[in-house]
Amino acid sequence: MKENGKNAIKFAVIALVFAIAAMADLLLGSVDIPASQVLESIGLRHEASTISNIIVNFRLPKALTAILCGAGLSVAGLLMQTLFHNPLAGPYVLGISSGASLGVAVLVLAAGEIALPAFIVQSGLGTVLAAIIGAIAVMAVVLGTSARIKDSVTLLVVGMMFGSLAASVVNVLQSISNPDSLKVFVVWTMGSLSSVSWDLMYIMAPLTLIGIILALLLQKPLNALLLGETHAAGLGIAVRRSRVWIIVATCILAGACTAFTGPVSFIGVAVPHIARGIFRSSDHRVILPACILCGATLLLVCDIISQLPGTGYTLPINSVSALVGVPIILWVIFKNKSLAA
Amino acid sequence: MNTGTVASAKKLKIGYKGKSIHPPLNLNLYEGELVCLIGQNGCGKSTLIRTLGGLQPPVGGQIEIMGVRIDKLKPKQRAGLISFVLTDRTASDNLTVRQTVEMGRLPYTNMFGTLKPADKEICDACMTETNISHLQDRRLGEISDGERQRTLIAKALAQTTPLILLDEPCAHLDLPNKISVMCLLRKLAKNSGKSVLLSSHELDIALQVADKIWLMDKDGLQRGTPEDLILEGKIEAAFNGTNCRFEPSSGTFKINYGTGRKISVTGDGTCLRTLWTKRALSRAGFEICPDEELLSVNASEDGWILHDGSRKGKFQSIEDLLDTLEHETS
Repeated sequence: MKENGKNAIKFAVIALVFAIAAMADLLLGSVDIPASQVLESIGLRHEASTISNIIVNFRLPKALTAILCGAGLSVAGLLMQTLFHNPLAGPYVLGISSGASLGVAVLVLAAGEIALPAFIVQSGLGTVLAAIIGAIAVMAVVLGTSARIKDSVTLLVVGMMFGSLAASVVNVLQSISNPDSLKVFVVWTMGSLSSVSWDLMYIMAPLTLIGIILALLLQKPLNALLLGETHAAGLGIAVRRSRVWIIVATCILAGACTAFTGPVSFIGVAVPHIARGIFRSSDHRVILPACILCGATLLLVCDIISQLPGTGYTLPINSVSALVGVPIILWVIFKNKSLAA
Repeated sequence: MNTGTVASAKKLKIGYKGKSIHPPLNLNLYEGELVCLIGQNGCGKSTLIRTLGGLQPPVGGQIEIMGVRIDKLKPKQRAGLISFVLTDRTASDNLTVRQTVEMGRLPYTNMFGTLKPADKEICDACMTETNISHLQDRRLGEISDGERQRTLIAKALAQTTPLILLDEPCAHLDLPNKISVMCLLRKLAKNSGKSVLLSSHELDIALQVADKIWLMDKDGLQRGTPEDLILEGKIEAAFNGTNCRFEPSSGTFKINYGTGRKISVTGDGTCLRTLWTKRALSRAGFEICPDEELLSVNASEDGWILHDGSRKGKFQSIEDLLDTLEHETS
């Protein structure tokens, strides 16, 4: 009971920080817009103007992307850390981001050689489709493997091998492509939260939500897996089936986020540790919602910082997430002296 | 005495990839019985435990738990009949003792794993029984190996199954903890009528607490009470190696130093004095032979007298005696 009360207070505090971060993300940007006009633009009745256009079609989807992506990647990371009993595991250990990179690389870099219509290469939709196809391809292989392989560590190695394979192919493609295509690709790898338009949001949001709901439904097998796979089996958990579902959820989450925003590193590995550090628990009934909330908040904060309020510059989100995340994770390590899954 | 059969195996073949390690086994486990599975490393103890618990399929034969064939049970039903304490140390260090024990109730919860007040009460009782209530908020990474093992036993208890299978519950433990874990398991079997099967390397403790011993080697499995197995010479036969020898007279192992020198020991003092003199001499590499006449020691109240052929010597401590013997014979 005492523990529950403490957790409720912690959740309330993080929710408050989240709300502030979400508001700040809408208020701050390279164009100064007064708060009153921001609120007016979000409201239902607003005049079509440049300002409301910036808020509704640019800042709002960007903030939503940060929330979905932050929550999705954090949950995916938590699932992998629990499944593999490994504090280093993250959403990308199964090679999903490498698969997505490969898809985009093939599209952007190879398209210069064979004459693809320019609108496919340039528009966001083309990149997204390529990334999804790449992620699904790796996912299919990993899922096929997971159904046959008995222990999870082998699966981890298989995933990492596919990741390296895809990364090598990307390198080969990079070295034979022209400089213009190379730049488009490199910019994609830096990650961007602003590439998700409302049209794409209708695909990304449902996918992420499905992944998160799937994870929430899996909390009992996830908790049992904390005792190890054999003990989980002894507790009546269908271990192999649960593992497949955990991987499906991770693939959906990591695949959807990466496809739309590029590989955003670090969030997925760091947030589960931050959540465990704050709540001092491994119980997925607490840690899953905590990851959702902390992940969304952290990526919102990263997004605010990446726009360097007050200046005209915008930093790549991928670098900012590491710059912000590393000090936090170090703080958790020093506070708890360890990082147990 | 044995009222009910909890588990039985008929013509059971265990192994991997269709290859059986032993001839077919016929086994029974009864209510309130503590059975120790003894055998050398790699003889198939873990495989037998995993197979009996339904964690891996048998190569052949049938297993019935409470009269139901194990392969007909759904995982959740099986978890209501068999609980495990296993050697893999994969449990997350971040789990608290209470959370770990509460895992035992998972088979009885809904799909979100929500515990009812009754489940919490069962967990409280199990922690009291295993004497870990005071640790319930500590994390697995912070407690000792013995406490961790008690926690896992409490988890198995909370599962309220008629059969508990333990794979080397005493590994990594020091002697007092080994004994206390074994005594706890014996108490559980006797008080609750559960059937407890554990594998162990601790032959001397097992011989003292087990109702039955299953003695496993590459040729199969011998079953019986510890005393029958000793009297039939089966334990001696199974464990006699180059370096050690089982002594039926004391129920303990003796390390065989084997230098081949013979000595006889007589004593007119307390038998304790004679006993420890024999121990010291055998540690020094002597074989104790009552008939040896050339070299003999008499352990009396006021010292040790050594007869070496015609010579005679008197010593005030075993240390002095051994020193002299060392110089003379080398």
